[in-house]
Amino acid sequence: MRASDAIIKSLEEEKVHMIFGYPGGAILPFYDSLRTSNIEHILVRHEQSAAHSASGYARATGKVGVCTATSGPGATNLITGIATAYMDSIPLVIITGQVDSNFIGKDVFQEADITGATEPFTKHNYLVKNAQDLPKIIKEAFYIASSGRPGPVLIDIPVDIQKEHIKYDYPKSVNIPGYKPTYEGHAGQVKRALQKLKASQKPLICVGGGIICAKASKELKDFAEKAKIPVVHTLMGIGALPSDSPYYVGMVGSHGHSFSNQIVMESDLLMIIGTRVGDRATAGMKLLNEKQNIIHVDIDPAEVGKNIDTTIPIVGDAKNILKQFSNKCTTLQTDAWMEKINQLKETYHKEELDASHVNPKKALNFLSKVVDDEAILAADVGQNQLWAARNFKIKGNRKFFTSGGLGTMGYSLPAAIGAKLAFPEKTVICVVGDGGLQMSLSELGTILENDLNIIILLFNNSRLGMVRELQDIHYESNYFSVTLNKNPDFVKIAEAYGLPGKKVTSQKEFEETIQGALTSKKGYFIECVVDSDFSTL
Amino acid sequence: MNRHVLSVLVENHSGVLSRIAGLFSRRGYNIDSLSVGETENPNISRMTITVSGDDYMLEQMKKQLNKLINVIKVVELQPEKSVYRELVLLKVKADLTHRAAIIETINIFRGNIIDVSNETLTVELTGDFGKIAGFTELMAPFGILELVRTGFTGLQRGNTQLAE
Ligand SMILES: Cc1ncc(C[n+]2csc(CCOP(=O)(O)OP(=O)(O)O)c2C)c(N)n1
Repeated sequence: MRASDAIIKSLEEEKVHMIFGYPGGAILPFYDSLRTSNIEHILVRHEQSAAHSASGYARATGKVGVCTATSGPGATNLITGIATAYMDSIPLVIITGQVDSNFIGKDVFQEADITGATEPFTKHNYLVKNAQDLPKIIKEAFYIASSGRPGPVLIDIPVDIQKEHIKYDYPKSVNIPGYKPTYEGHAGQVKRALQKLKASQKPLICVGGGIICAKASKELKDFAEKAKIPVVHTLMGIGALPSDSPYYVGMVGSHGHSFSNQIVMESDLLMIIGTRVGDRATAGMKLLNEKQNIIHVDIDPAEVGKNIDTTIPIVGDAKNILKQFSNKCTTLQTDAWMEKINQLKETYHKEELDASHVNPKKALNFLSKVVDDEAILAADVGQNQLWAARNFKIKGNRKFFTSGGLGTMGYSLPAAIGAKLAFPEKTVICVVGDGGLQMSLSELGTILENDLNIIILLFNNSRLGMVRELQDIHYESNYFSVTLNKNPDFVKIAEAYGLPGKKVTSQKEFEETIQGALTSKKGYFIECVVDSDFSTL
Repeated sequence: MNRHVLSVLVENHSGVLSRIAGLFSRRGYNIDSLSVGETENPNISRMTITVSGDDYMLEQMKKQLNKLINVIKVVELQPEKSVYRELVLLKVKADLTHRAAIIETINIFRGNIIDVSNETLTVELTGDFGKIAGFTELMAPFGILELVRTGFTGLQRGNTQLAE
């Protein structure tokens, strides 16, 4: 069998239905085999978007996302998308073409050392030297990408190897001596954790994206409700616990809710689950008052103890460990603690609204009320991201995607495309700023070609808002290189790509337009004119 | 800052060394010495890495190494329970006036002279940290012309094996 056919067959074995990519000479044998397969290929407009779309697809489905590109520039264009997925622990398999094996290392046309380049931000990568190894490598790649702490795995395949003939035999299992993730929590550690918990007056759970990776939302809810423990979350942990749960508190971190940060500091026992305790999540808090016990649960042993000292480390899968917790825990007396939290939340200052512009916070709150419980919202990076993170409520089956770790502008539009292609019947909303939109504007072409009904919500403040705010706070408002005063007519651009659109300048107009957009069959582009001084928090 | 010796079993693939070296530099850790070679099993190589760092750094180095898919096992060699060796080749200025004294020192350290010229001697010496430091210190006044070290290797003493 042709090696390229073997690759496709292996992908079919892995139940791959869709690949996001962009062709070129060094990947053509693969494309030629893909042409006659049942796997759908989505031609994006830039390789970076192929990785982001695959990532959106992976987040929406919980499966491994697959993307592909040619050697050299195709492969290097993928890099930001791969690093984005790595930081957020998103399972991807990336297949790149490479120049002929005889030419590797000779700096020939379109050669780039992509395995070398992506080594720091892939979970693992392969340069295929022997065509016969392909099925085994693909099997391993999917296993590594999706097991333990998920992440991107890249397979670089020289073009001559794609053309060879091999004996196809897909392995049934993998055996990688150095890779044996731990799934069960150590029983002794779990017991110790529960003992500490029992003695606690003000327990608190802090969750991150690990809960979503582990599909452990139900187990989290069960445990929090049974033991009566309040829950805060990081940016990546949005959606881990529905916001209408009585134990839901809010988001922590530099852009979290101030009351959540305060609660973290006041708690006497903090259970951290599936979060690496990133610097943004702990900014604005003085963690670790001496009396605080810290229990850290993570599937990646290297995260435990990396950023914070732990009293009790537990390595394993969040779903299993939460089940272990629920089975053995007792109900705690937390009524007074919960009451205090709820009071704090209520005193949280309520915003006045500005009538001459769209108030993004109000807009996202409103969107929360009118959108169904299956909707997926992909937020870009910047103020728009945090307006969405703080104001779009996650309940039911709603999902929130954003580039939390790397903070990659241009993420949300291609990620929304990946999510929509995974679930064509779901409402998918892309929230983006005028800066970020222009980093992936070309993907309107992918939307047009695939006739995708996506709602794009542009918050146009004619600024790189978030950076401008930093110059406000740290550089005495000496603004520099943050104005986008000569923005194009975005609605016209959207229309040129076949998307109906509207520019809205008031809250009332926004509310009417979004309701129309939600019932539109064609997708819709809404440009909200936002006051450039409007703050993030 | 303490010195630690890590013994690491890895799959014998190309690219593994660069992954490991990259991991250290990327995380801001310094490798003092690194030696690699195939083991009794040709699919597996063994690296001996000496690093300096506090307990937190050491813990992180071990965990991050373990995270690499090609890394099979990482252990820290405890000085009292391990043997360490390093090979040094050293070329020293040795005219007739000093030659006898130099040869005497070499013999005391059980080094071997492997090359001689009118003006120089080249010595091979194996030993642990202390022996090599002691020897180079004594050679320095004569004038060390060139020196090359292989980096430390080590094994646990007795019956213990770092099996897969
Ligand atoms: C690829 C990339 N380049 C630069 C940045 C730095 N950055 C963070 S937020 C931001 C401003 C984003 O502006 P815009 O997309 O208009 O969104 P807003 O903050 O105004 O909502 C910039 C430039 C980034 N996060 N990603």
